Amino acid sequence: MLKRVHFNSSLLPYLLVAPQIIITLVFFIWPASQAVYQSFLIEDAFGLSTEFVWFENFEYLMGDEIYLDSFVRTLFFSAAVAFISMSFALILAGFADRVVRGATAYRTLLIWPYAVAPVLAGALWVFMFNPTLGIFPYFLGFFGYDWNHYLNGNQAMLLVILAAAWKQVAYNFLFYLAAMQAIPKSIIEAGAIDGARPIRRFWTLIFPLVSPTTFFLLVINAVYAFFDTFGIIHAVTQGGPANSTTILVYKVFNDGFVGLDLGGSAAQSVILMLLVIVMTFIQFRYVENKVEY
Amino acid sequence: MASIVLKDLVKDYGKVEVLHHVAGQFEDGEFIVIVGPSGCGKSTLLRMIAGLETVSGGEIYIGDKMVNKLEPADRDIAMVFQNYALYPHMSVRQNMAYGLKLRKLPKEEINKRVEEAAEILEIKDYLDRKPRQLSGGQRQRVAMGRAIVRDPQVFLFDEPLSNLDAKLRVQMRLEIRKLQRRLGVTSIYVTHDQVEAMTLGDRLMVLNGGYVEQFGTPIELYDRPASVFVAGFIGSPAMNFMKAKINSGKIKLPNGTILNSNTQLSADITLGIRPEHVVADAKGALELEVEMFEQLGANTLVHGKLKDSDEPFVASMPGHVSEEPGTLMKFSIAPEALHMFDAKTGKRLEP
Repeated sequence: MLKRVHFNSSLLPYLLVAPQIIITLVFFIWPASQAVYQSFLIEDAFGLSTEFVWFENFEYLMGDEIYLDSFVRTLFFSAAVAFISMSFALILAGFADRVVRGATAYRTLLIWPYAVAPVLAGALWVFMFNPTLGIFPYFLGFFGYDWNHYLNGNQAMLLVILAAAWKQVAYNFLFYLAAMQAIPKSIIEAGAIDGARPIRRFWTLIFPLVSPTTFFLLVINAVYAFFDTFGIIHAVTQGGPANSTTILVYKVFNDGFVGLDLGGSAAQSVILMLLVIVMTFIQFRYVENKVEY
Repeated sequence: MASIVLKDLVKDYGKVEVLHHVAGQFEDGEFIVIVGPSGCGKSTLLRMIAGLETVSGGEIYIGDKMVNKLEPADRDIAMVFQNYALYPHMSVRQNMAYGLKLRKLPKEEINKRVEEAAEILEIKDYLDRKPRQLSGGQRQRVAMGRAIVRDPQVFLFDEPLSNLDAKLRVQMRLEIRKLQRRLGVTSIYVTHDQVEAMTLGDRLMVLNGGYVEQFGTPIELYDRPASVFVAGFIGSPAMNFMKAKINSGKIKLPNGTILNSNTQLSADITLGIRPEHVVADAKGALELEVEMFEQLGANTLVHGKLKDSDEPFVASMPGHVSEEPGTLMKFSIAPEALHMFDAKTGKRLEP
């Protein structure tokens, strides 16, 4: 049990937590409750009247094939981004952990992509893969491969996955590197003496020992892919071609601010909110307590 | 089983040389203890033999193979680390089997060896536990088990007992010695504890500042220390030292006391006298002004100063002795128990 210090003043504690509570209320709780309220409304096409319809927006979504497609697409996108960025980060950190000379320079360079704003990251990839100007379609042309993500939905998906994963590699790298450096050196040395070569040591010792970090990053990356990739998608494909890169968060924006279906958009964002709550719950409940070796 | 030969071994980190031309030959089945104060290079030397540190100069042979460039995995050695370095995500059984699995031994053979080692070390009941569920002493045993299942040519121990409490340390010390005798594997053991060194080693290598001060059996080191450093390091309580002059075999202490030696030397010397070698004697030449007693039960340490000087001196008397502080006690000492070292170089002067 923690011992608590009791002060007689009854006002001071409330004053001290007030800024935090006000910020939370104004910027988080209020908008969130507005979204929940809006999700129960339907507006007419001209925005002149609204009607309170309870769960009709949700019922519509559950039967909407475009929405369900987008849901599946988001799961795929999220899994692909998490897998690609985490594997690259793991490999890079594995090497960085072994580097002795120039380690600081190497690590600093690897951290840079994290400082790039999502939209800029997207713009970089758009230029590199632009079918008429980009350098990669030019090279791919030599192999007879026709790259045009404006027309080919799979290529567009691949491109946003790569852009989103690239941006997250730096973040994952930092966590993996820190986790690897926290492993006592003598454990790795014991492995070497027991006869394990570097690659074997990596898979049988280092990888299991950083598994708590892997679980943590899995949740973080899923949340990232679900919500923070809006800028990249907006810059690279704008959800196209033919909705092939419209993930849930992009659909919220598109339906609400382009399609002006505020009620439907709010209902989608409420579903997303529930997803985040579930993921955060999983992270707190299982990842932080239960992962042990 | 193998012998180990170190030839002119050098280790440097850039411009700083930490091991200076270390040489030695360790026989097959011998228990060698490398002992010295912190920073003397003893762990570095062990890690070079293990292949965890590169060799800057010289050669290391295990058996008749030069191993300088070999990976640790190819040297056929096993090592017990100070912090045990058990794999935290594996059970005790998996910890011990790890090296064998990498060697692609058949499953039954692995099981047999693990069971045998667990039997010897009395850890059979813990085989399915994770290291964090074990106490310090049990972890220590698992670390030993991981080494012996491998059946290597050489055991390396890097201060394996320094994380245990005093009682367990004494017990494990004996067990390590027995185990080594039983398995007959050449072993190199690094420690800073001179009692551990004396009790474990067939031969001790005393390192100081990266130089080998002396290499010999514990009794040789105790009876005939090659330098002031070894003399002060080996033996507890530590040897008494004082500046003195010797003239045709007569030793003159700073306070004027004359002691007879069994030599005919003439030189400036550092004189060394072990506390346990002085004998209470009413006609003795050494006169000690007593300041304090340390009663250890079996013996008593008398702390004081040599009469008419500031030279501190410790004498160890058998049984219980108790006198008022300030009393003058007289001691005699046999000429052959005097150790004489060159005052400048600190090297032993032989009679």
